[in-house]
Amino acid sequence: MAKKKFVVGCFDDEAVLFPAVKKVRTAGYKIHDVYTPFAVHGLDHAMGLRETSLHTAGFIYGITGTTTAISAISWIFTKDWPLNIGGKPHFALPAWIPIMFELTVLFAAVGMVLTFCYLCQLAPFVKKHHFHARATDDLFVMVIECTDKTNTDDLQAFLSSNGALETKVEVAEDGWWLGRYDKDEMPFEEKQIVAA
Amino acid sequence: MHLKYESQLREPLVYGDKTYKQVTEDIVRPIEAKPTKLWYVGFYIAVALLMFGVYSVYREVTYGIGQWNLNKTVGWGWDITNFVWWVGIGHAGTLISAILLLFRQGWRTGVNRAAEAMTIFAVMCAGQFPIFHMGRVWMAFFVLPYPNSRGPLWVNFNSPLLWDVFAISTYFTVSLLFWYSGLIPDFATVRDRAFTKLRKRLYGIASFGWTGSTKHWQRHESLSLVLAGLSTPLVLSVHTIVSFDFATSVIPGWHTTIFPPYFVAGAIFSGFAMVQTLMIIVRKVFAMEDYVTIGHIEAMNKVIVLTGSIVGIAYLTELFMGWYSQNKYEGYTFWYSRAYLFSPYGWSYWGMMACNVLSPQIFWFRKMRRNIFVTFFMSIIVNIGMWFERFVIIVTSLYRDYLPSSWSVYYSPTIWEIGFYAGTFGLFFTCFFLFAKYFPVIAIAEIKYVLKTTGEGYKNQMTKIEDQKLEDFVHEHAHH
Repeated sequence: MAKKKFVVGCFDDEAVLFPAVKKVRTAGYKIHDVYTPFAVHGLDHAMGLRETSLHTAGFIYGITGTTTAISAISWIFTKDWPLNIGGKPHFALPAWIPIMFELTVLFAAVGMVLTFCYLCQLAPFVKKHHFHARATDDLFVMVIECTDKTNTDDLQAFLSSNGALETKVEVAEDGWWLGRYDKDEMPFEEKQIVAA
Repeated sequence: MHLKYESQLREPLVYGDKTYKQVTEDIVRPIEAKPTKLWYVGFYIAVALLMFGVYSVYREVTYGIGQWNLNKTVGWGWDITNFVWWVGIGHAGTLISAILLLFRQGWRTGVNRAAEAMTIFAVMCAGQFPIFHMGRVWMAFFVLPYPNSRGPLWVNFNSPLLWDVFAISTYFTVSLLFWYSGLIPDFATVRDRAFTKLRKRLYGIASFGWTGSTKHWQRHESLSLVLAGLSTPLVLSVHTIVSFDFATSVIPGWHTTIFPPYFVAGAIFSGFAMVQTLMIIVRKVFAMEDYVTIGHIEAMNKVIVLTGSIVGIAYLTELFMGWYSQNKYEGYTFWYSRAYLFSPYGWSYWGMMACNVLSPQIFWFRKMRRNIFVTFFMSIIVNIGMWFERFVIIVTSLYRDYLPSSWSVYYSPTIWEIGFYAGTFGLFFTCFFLFAKYFPVIAIAEIKYVLKTTGEGYKNQMTKIEDQKLEDFVHEHAHH
């Protein structure tokens, strides 16, 4: 659990965010992350992130499922308990295709989702530091990691000049921990909403 | 950056001049507001139906299958009819969320969340029927292949009924994962604007600590795409396998090679009808006409008229083959037990024809496709018709066997058979009411993603792009 110092800049438009990301990177700052309310296409490339290999993992899980199905069924029906079904062949491959297919899909889907949750550290009761509550609403929140040499004032001014609506410096936990969200400060005041 | 331009000829998918914030507000509003009286009325009716279903099932479990009017030849009556009907309904959700995603159909974003929820609840309802049809339901776990102390006595992997076990359980699991992985970012949206402690805590748990990190979004996109790619053949396989329950038998009227495509088309047909029924209510009750637009409804009606006509062709093909095969039993089943109006069950065949084939043809007219009342009415008619289709297939093939001596008396359900069916409606709508109150019924993040290309307010600003010279357009918008 190491706390780090970050400079946060909030943008409200992708069209402003993209050039800002480019400029921040060219200026040599290390972008910790950009938090967005939806998947902004091309942002991963702009930030220089590599492609995900999640689909490769999915393929491996899938063929594991196929192999499990065919090896289990063929062992059961030819070795463990060769049942005579109307004198038909014990090794009845065409009749096993449906189950082989279903297990392929099942293993691939379950495996991929678990891998996704593992890689992104997503699970019930997991808590992380959120730099801005509106990052899941309407703001694109760029977070830059500071080094010893970083001049935060300069960086904040730099972000503002590139279109950031709001900038701040935060010292925050970078990983995840088990925790509750209702211990946080409420970002919104108690308010009455009229029934629709 | 991708192209941020869409032709003005296309209808907007989001009406009004919305900002990202407005989208969040509109969709989260029902979650943050107190439920209306209408919601309570609907919810309690659903719970009452569910309770009646529980009691019907209780009687069936306690006294046995004799509580139903199944007889010596009609061994599958309402029960399996309802099973196939509910599974079929589920298919539209996967079609919208997976197949239309792969086909890049932008309009799916408005309806996919609710349609996927419908899939999950429908499959939950469907699963009840074969399980309780087993009679000794406490032995239901015998269908699972695991090394056991009974031999080991394995299940029959060559049987379509076992394929069904694998197909339905896989379908349920994958649909649930797909749905929930899409919900995580939207739960985070609800969490981050929650103003009560309880909501903050519960949505905090449900959102798995989602932050909206770009890397996470990149993986999320990859996950959605692969799950869509997996769900597409999966959904086709599920109803194919359900049709194998019939097609691999030697019963006249069931032993047909066209069953898989015909069942899949029928499933999509009935599923879209159910999506229409639900979405027309949801958009009205939650004032979401801007997101589930008349254009969405028209698009779904086009699918209904297409799949309805495919089903119609299948019916006619079956009749033709009943004659062309010159098989006495096939001929008798198709031309007497089904198509002859004055045979004992002829009414059900013609009811099916009227609801599934004839009436959806009004959707060839644009005015009808865009009429809410017609659509709502038709969505009910189609679901009645599709229920009759399964009833016709099961009962008219079974009630008269090969030998006249084993012809059964007229089959009609008992109150407990009907109660079981009503109970699944209760289960379905109880789940759906809870979903509508506590879950974002429209995929917030996905709407935001398409907002600036398809939102009405943004499209109107694109006139200047349309007037641009081609070279300038390419210069500004093409990839560099």
